[in-house]
Amino acid sequence: MSARFALVTLCLAVSSASAADPVEFNRDIRPILSDNCFYCHGNDASHRKAKLRLDIREEALKKEAFVPGKADASELVKRLFLTDPDEMMPPPDSHKKLTPEQKELLKRWVAEGAKYQNHWSYEAPSKAAVPSTEKAIDSLIAARLKTKGVAPSAEADRRTLARRLHSDLLGLPPTPEEVDAFVKDTSPDAYAQLVDRLLASPHYGERMATAWLDVVRFADTIGYHSDAPRNVWPYRDYVIRSFNQNKPFDRFTLEQVAGDLLPDSDQEAKIGSGFNRLLLTTEEGGAQAKDYQQRMLNDRVRAVGAAWLGQTTGCAQCHDHKFDPFTQRDFFTLGAFFADINEPDIGRREEGMLLSTPDEAKRLTELAGEVAKAKKALDVATPSLAEAIAAWEQELAEEGKPAPAAKKTKAKAKRKDPDAKLAAQATPILKKPAAKRSAAEKTIIRDYYLSLHPEALKAEREALAQAQKTHDTFRAAIPKSLVTTKAAVVRTVRILPRGNWMDESGEVVKAALPHYLPQPKFEGRVPDRLDLAKWLVARENPLTARVVMNRLWAQFFGTALSKNPGDLGAQGELPPNQALLDWLAVEFVDAKWDMKHMVRLIVTSEAYRRSSVATPAQTAADPYNRELARQSPYRLDAELVRDNALAIAGLLAPKIGGPSVKPYQPDRYWENLNFPVREYMADKDESQYRRGLYVWWQRSFLHPSMLAFDAPSREESCTDRTRSNIPQQALVMLNDPTYVEASRAFAVRTLAEKGDDDHRLTWAWRRALQRDPDAKELGTLRKVLTERRAAYKADPAAAKELLKVGLTPPPAQADPSELAAWTHVTRVVLNLHETLTRD
Amino acid sequence: MFPDLRQIHRRSFIGNTSRGLGAVALASLLGRTGLEAAPGVLSKLPLPQKAKRVIWLTMAGGPSQLELFDHKPKLAEMDGKGMPESFTTGQQLAQLQGQKLICQGPQFKFSKHGKNGTELSELLPHLGSVADDICVIRSMTTDAINHDPAHMFMNTGSQIAGRPSMGSWVTYGLGSEAEDLPGFVVLVSTGKGRSPQPIAARQWSSGFLPSKHQGVQLRSKGDPVLYLNNPPGISRASQQGDVEAINSLNQVRAGEVSDTEVATRIAQYEMAFRMQASVPGLMDVTGESAKTLELYGCQPGDGSFASNCILARRLAERGSRFIQLYHRDWDHHSLLKEELPLRAKEVDRACMALITDLKQRGMFEDTLIVWSGEFGRTPMKQGDKGPVGRDHHNKAMSMWLAGAGVKGGLTHGATDELGYAAMDKVCTVHDLHATMLHQLGIKHDAFTIKFQGLDAKLTGVEPSKVIREILS
Repeated sequence: MSARFALVTLCLAVSSASAADPVEFNRDIRPILSDNCFYCHGNDASHRKAKLRLDIREEALKKEAFVPGKADASELVKRLFLTDPDEMMPPPDSHKKLTPEQKELLKRWVAEGAKYQNHWSYEAPSKAAVPSTEKAIDSLIAARLKTKGVAPSAEADRRTLARRLHSDLLGLPPTPEEVDAFVKDTSPDAYAQLVDRLLASPHYGERMATAWLDVVRFADTIGYHSDAPRNVWPYRDYVIRSFNQNKPFDRFTLEQVAGDLLPDSDQEAKIGSGFNRLLLTTEEGGAQAKDYQQRMLNDRVRAVGAAWLGQTTGCAQCHDHKFDPFTQRDFFTLGAFFADINEPDIGRREEGMLLSTPDEAKRLTELAGEVAKAKKALDVATPSLAEAIAAWEQELAEEGKPAPAAKKTKAKAKRKDPDAKLAAQATPILKKPAAKRSAAEKTIIRDYYLSLHPEALKAEREALAQAQKTHDTFRAAIPKSLVTTKAAVVRTVRILPRGNWMDESGEVVKAALPHYLPQPKFEGRVPDRLDLAKWLVARENPLTARVVMNRLWAQFFGTALSKNPGDLGAQGELPPNQALLDWLAVEFVDAKWDMKHMVRLIVTSEAYRRSSVATPAQTAADPYNRELARQSPYRLDAELVRDNALAIAGLLAPKIGGPSVKPYQPDRYWENLNFPVREYMADKDESQYRRGLYVWWQRSFLHPSMLAFDAPSREESCTDRTRSNIPQQALVMLNDPTYVEASRAFAVRTLAEKGDDDHRLTWAWRRALQRDPDAKELGTLRKVLTERRAAYKADPAAAKELLKVGLTPPPAQADPSELAAWTHVTRVVLNLHETLTRD
Repeated sequence: MFPDLRQIHRRSFIGNTSRGLGAVALASLLGRTGLEAAPGVLSKLPLPQKAKRVIWLTMAGGPSQLELFDHKPKLAEMDGKGMPESFTTGQQLAQLQGQKLICQGPQFKFSKHGKNGTELSELLPHLGSVADDICVIRSMTTDAINHDPAHMFMNTGSQIAGRPSMGSWVTYGLGSEAEDLPGFVVLVSTGKGRSPQPIAARQWSSGFLPSKHQGVQLRSKGDPVLYLNNPPGISRASQQGDVEAINSLNQVRAGEVSDTEVATRIAQYEMAFRMQASVPGLMDVTGESAKTLELYGCQPGDGSFASNCILARRLAERGSRFIQLYHRDWDHHSLLKEELPLRAKEVDRACMALITDLKQRGMFEDTLIVWSGEFGRTPMKQGDKGPVGRDHHNKAMSMWLAGAGVKGGLTHGATDELGYAAMDKVCTVHDLHATMLHQLGIKHDAFTIKFQGLDAKLTGVEPSKVIREILS
């Protein structure tokens, strides 16, 4: 037997029933039935075969699928063991096949009475008995480890702990000095103090924001077709602020889903309501309004399903969910909550809410006043203008000339030239007697006259133009953000047969909550978005707190407690340690949705602080570390790869918030974008050195260095990033100007240190890794330095070429060959697996 | 087979690094991972593999089948007359929404080619010369009617973003035989026309499949692969020095931690370093004979569709699994008569050349070539955008396939007499995907991966069929 097979077998043994234990439906049976049977014998009535459903016991009994306690008399069991392709289950064309072990399990289950359990995540979570709040996590993990016979690892060394905490709470590396101070701090609460200090850092909000921005699919562009920009970056600042202020998660939810409807709605809540506007939209010519109205409804249902409910809802656009009780009706009634959002179905989004400070608002009012004043001055002067126009008309009439073409008219530009348009509009009006013209027509004649006579009212017109320009320039600089407002007319929502928007034969539905989940009664009224938001964070909602805690866990251990954070339904995973997830969920609600409290509980646990080095016994018993006897090492997320390098290099601009930034990007990377064609203009100031979460998020062409490290395009909600290891990552780290410049800046810092080569090599190593290199490591670095030094001395032109990369000029007094050689050393250090890894 | 990485002690490695090309020696020690000659998840194919690779020629914008492949004399008779409402009532339209619908006859002549008399437009003379090698499908349909969703559907089988593209599915299933080159490659050229429709990287995204299966775009200007070139001032030798130092230090680390990713990272740095040589080698077509260049009708490095066809053949020779070419600017809402001939000319000779070249090299038999837009165009004229054109259309489109067991000289399916809707042997995009997978040796309805609880497939939820009539 191969080692790999042995691992698989052991792994199964961890999670399923041993021969001695009674079979448990949720743990042992539902996964088999769901994956192999529910597709035809589950929730979706339209696809159900033989009218048999196995997801509800009473229904299965009605159709005599099995006789509880009598496996041999049960049709279900019999069918499992048949080989006739017409009789066997699952049938061959399903491409599903049960293992002998699974068949035996089902047989045992029927023999033991075919007991069902409600699906775990639809039941209210409860707290298991624990010694104390602080010890809850560890006691619940220890209980499992004891039964599995796995010994936990010891606590990691202090340097690793400091690195881990900085990475997980701030997304930035500690300095060697910070690590040294922590290592030397012998006070019993040194660790707790470090945690408190990091939780209070403004970078904590940035770190926490990233995962949430994935979930809500935050991006700077609309996604479809032209993938045009839109104003949403203030929403990102809102998320960062919310985490930094430790806004209770229930309030955070209310603001995002229904910030416009809150009785105490303020500017902050309204920016939060921008969540509803983060979806994909189109400006494509020929797009049909109803098509996109429907796409947007679908998009929102999927996002709410993923972000708060951990339910996969997308399939119910066309039919009832195959595995979960979520129906097509649930899909459209959930979508109907969002039918009141004021937005265009297709085309350009509005500029968004003006987010002016009180001072700015005041100034803007003043400037608007200036414009009004200038307009008035022009109007006052109008009587003389009226006379001039009358005289001009008289002249035209006497000469019998047709209306002259307006200035600047070129036949080519006719369609777009406003003057030409004006001339065309004016011509028929001029034929009417002045007395019979409407006010609008008079304005056209006036504008037309002015376009032909630049000298008329010149001073007044210039003054108005100037006032308008000042006003507009000032206004343009004020941030704007898309927010939710309630539409005057609520869109009609129908159940669409097969999800087809052109089929309007389906029933019209009103907003309603998913029917299978506990919910309040809305007597005599249709619930609105605020009701939805309140229900999402109601204590009786069994999902939200679990979903949020499950994802939070992944941030600190690499894997969520139920491993598919986007799906806590039947096809998701019953968490191996459900008691732990449930305890965290209930505690989260009990603590009034206090996020920092939960983060603190997690990072101060013994489980969190364990070493990530696995013992052979641990690897054998639990290869994927689901029982948490140890920590797990994993690569930094895309944004943090960038942050880490810039921080080590001393280049990082630590500013919090603001508009998105544009790091260096390969030329012509956007060449396939159009409407309009765009040229990427990399930032030329400190924005070049901002953190990764501020990078301009172009959905159709995400920045390639972010993409290489698995940053999602955020077209759909992303609850779980993949963590790949591909050659493009090496190309980015080696060749992207961001990292070349970071290496050079890092080298400049290193050379500023007084001392010999070894001292400086050690200094650079410690900057990145906060530990001393061993003799071999030092030797490898020394070899790089020696070889590059010799090579660049022989070819100083090459050195100068290398030093030119990036915005920041190298110090004038630097010896190019020496600095270039050191740039290779620091480049090696920035590229190390250890540098890129949180362990 | 693959040694347990945890058991490779650091000392066993150090001896290797001290030898010049230690990094390369390391590869054999660790077992290769990454792009190169990587096996797919389908170790045993359920069906005979007729196609070893796919070259997919995407004519982005939606070429007009009525001027290229679908000859409609009746439509010519109806030219200028109202489109009968029986065809169009209740149907989805794009830019012609709410406009009066007028028939527009074909703008170019058709003639018969090859032994079977395949009807092709006068705009495709070169393709006509290889008519017996291609199978034209006149009865293709699609679900989407706007560019972006239609590209998404054609590439991923879904109109919801985030699904894997067909190239990713294929390399996920079959892996790649390419040494040091990506298995799924994308090349883009743009017609010398007006303002082409945009395309998005999601069209070659790996979606929920592992990122290593994403399409890698090869560019004709700048770095052929993003970040491929060394920074200025860094030579290949000094790059190698750095990569060796990084890998050597990482190997030290591998002995100390329980992180199998260290070994993978070492392999990927090696791979990246090798790609830095292999990709320029691929892109350098100066070794191609004058005869070959003449056959395709292009100059080395001109970034044309024809040049990309040569690169496609070179990639095919080197083992890439899925090679997708985009040629942009086929969206002829207007200027159909003026612009379409230019686009046709840009691809006609190159398509013939690709088929001829592959045949000469004995690769036509196991290379599947697909030529297709993202949707078709209406038999109704569009006149609101300048000189006449045609609008987007999803009820009928034409395309062709060649090689790898596809019947040559065949015209499959038919549209109604006005070319409005596919009537006979109607095909869907999912059928096309099923057929492609079938030729690759894959059962399309059993080729799945779990996503959101479902056994997700390239061919979607609704039943789809292999188009057997076009296969020999």
